[in-house]
Amino acid sequence: MSTAATTVAPRAPGSPIISRIVIYGLLGLFALVYLIPFFVMLLTSLKPMPEIQHGNILALPKEPTLDPWIRAWGEACVGLTCEGIHGYFWNSIKMVVPAVAISTLLGALNGYVLTKWRFPGHRLVFGLMLFACFIPFQAVLLPMATVLGTFGQFGKTLINLTGMNFGFGNPTVNLVFVHVVYGLGFTTLFFRNYYEAFPTELIKAAMVDGAGFFQIFRRILLPNSLPIIVVTVIYQFTNIWNDFLFASAYAGSGDVMPMTVALNNVVNTSTGVVEYNVNMAAAMIAALPTLLVYILAGRYFVRGLMAGAVKG
Amino acid sequence: MTSIATSNGGAAARTAHRPSMRARMQEALPKLVLAPSFAITLVFVYGFILWTIYLSFTNSKAFPKYVLTDARAYQRLWRWTFESDPPSSWYTSITNMAIFGVLYVVFALAIGLLLAILLDQKIRGEGILRPIYLYPMALSFIVTGVAWKWFLDPGLGLEQTMHQWGWTSFHFDWIKNKDYVIYTVVIAGVWQASGFVMAMFLAGLRGIDGEIIKASQIDGASPFQLYRRIIIPLLRPVFLSALIVLAHMAIKSYDLVVALTSGGPGGSAWLPSNFMYEYTFKRNEMAVGSASAVIMLATISAIIVPYLYSELREKAR
Repeated sequence: MSTAATTVAPRAPGSPIISRIVIYGLLGLFALVYLIPFFVMLLTSLKPMPEIQHGNILALPKEPTLDPWIRAWGEACVGLTCEGIHGYFWNSIKMVVPAVAISTLLGALNGYVLTKWRFPGHRLVFGLMLFACFIPFQAVLLPMATVLGTFGQFGKTLINLTGMNFGFGNPTVNLVFVHVVYGLGFTTLFFRNYYEAFPTELIKAAMVDGAGFFQIFRRILLPNSLPIIVVTVIYQFTNIWNDFLFASAYAGSGDVMPMTVALNNVVNTSTGVVEYNVNMAAAMIAALPTLLVYILAGRYFVRGLMAGAVKG
Repeated sequence: MTSIATSNGGAAARTAHRPSMRARMQEALPKLVLAPSFAITLVFVYGFILWTIYLSFTNSKAFPKYVLTDARAYQRLWRWTFESDPPSSWYTSITNMAIFGVLYVVFALAIGLLLAILLDQKIRGEGILRPIYLYPMALSFIVTGVAWKWFLDPGLGLEQTMHQWGWTSFHFDWIKNKDYVIYTVVIAGVWQASGFVMAMFLAGLRGIDGEIIKASQIDGASPFQLYRRIIIPLLRPVFLSALIVLAHMAIKSYDLVVALTSGGPGGSAWLPSNFMYEYTFKRNEMAVGSASAVIMLATISAIIVPYLYSELREKAR
């Protein structure tokens, strides 16, 4: 809306200057509230312990130190082992990368079929997959635990037979599997909505030219899918990295824990003096990957959230 | 050649050429590609839901048992629903759910809408403010919980800081108080989600036709009237979406309670999701845990199914 320059800000009540002050004041206040917890976390992670015990959480560190970060990475205690969180960080990476890749690829193919190769009942299929996005995972938690237990048994049998378990019973593989299964609904939704708007004429023309199912997908749709791939990858990455429920149920102890579970254990490990600075550094490290993605690709991040929210 | 196989009349007769193996492959290919995902969904979502429902009607304790008994687990939950003094874990969980659900949804909606309206006043620096309101959404609930646990800690956090600043009567120990701990979950939850609601409302506001606004201004509507009578009613679909998303996030909330409160003193911060987890995996009451999961699922379904149905209907024009 471009109103003429002479009219006052069209939607602001009262005197323009006062209302401007109120608006900026409120916005600034809220910005402060949103930033403070994070700010405090960051400050605390840079302070030595004595400064924390006798100081003020909002005070800047007098002797800033990276020591808590180093200790969190390499020495912090998770339960009884004190080797830092780096191992768990890699666990999460090893889980997230394949899970995101597989679920995104499958989602793309599903979206392609559900929009460009429709068959009777396609709407029901999509509806069922879509509803799967919204179930409380508690409703599948226990059966999945049982099934994963069976996988583990099968893995042991395989080891006896072949000397290898082919990933059966490996907690990271299990979590990849779980995240692919329960992420499919979302990835399918994203790609379906995106491909819905993709001109079907192009596909028809390619078919007339003799292009097959996969050829069309690879040559025509994929090259035009970059935005939605970014959205999906970010959405899945954030969700899987941040997951706690599945991680704690299926890889909740030992050195196989993903980052979120390990962080929760670091914070709740109460042997000796609680090192708040190390805890906060660990939390920062756990938050960094998703924050980085958010900073680098915030626009796509928001789009993913919205697409996940406003469906259809 | 496929001459023998194509005997099922109709299709073969209609096409001039006999459909080659390749053509029929092409025909079936899309369904074959979709089939694994669909099968996975059927088994691991719907099959598992049925499995959980089944377990809720058994006598499973530490291990699943598959002999159907009766609805004992539900009877126990039902009895616990009214056991308020001393409160049963289930009573605590569902009352917390009600408190948390209502406050979380209302405050996130209100703050989200307020921020969106403020940001929509042709603000300088919107590009800086918007990401600040939204970044908590990128954090895991565990990180949020850890940060707020620290911030709200009566000994070392906000309270101590206020005391140092001279406000010695400032007292804020909700996080350690069994009657108030659930409100700290609300605070952290709203902090995390309201920026997202803001983004939804802002997108809605930006989508409103400027002509409508201009017309009502010509009619002499005050800005307040403009919002109350015109703009907010136009945002109804956004309200609905945001409400659904928030309600569903509220019911699924689990991690935040764990990280922020470790369940609260005596489990006083539990939500049904925590109840389910504890009973299933820690207290060896699988049947009861499953029954509570079924109740959660039913609650979410009551919200989501009508919404999805109408959305898909609409899209099908």
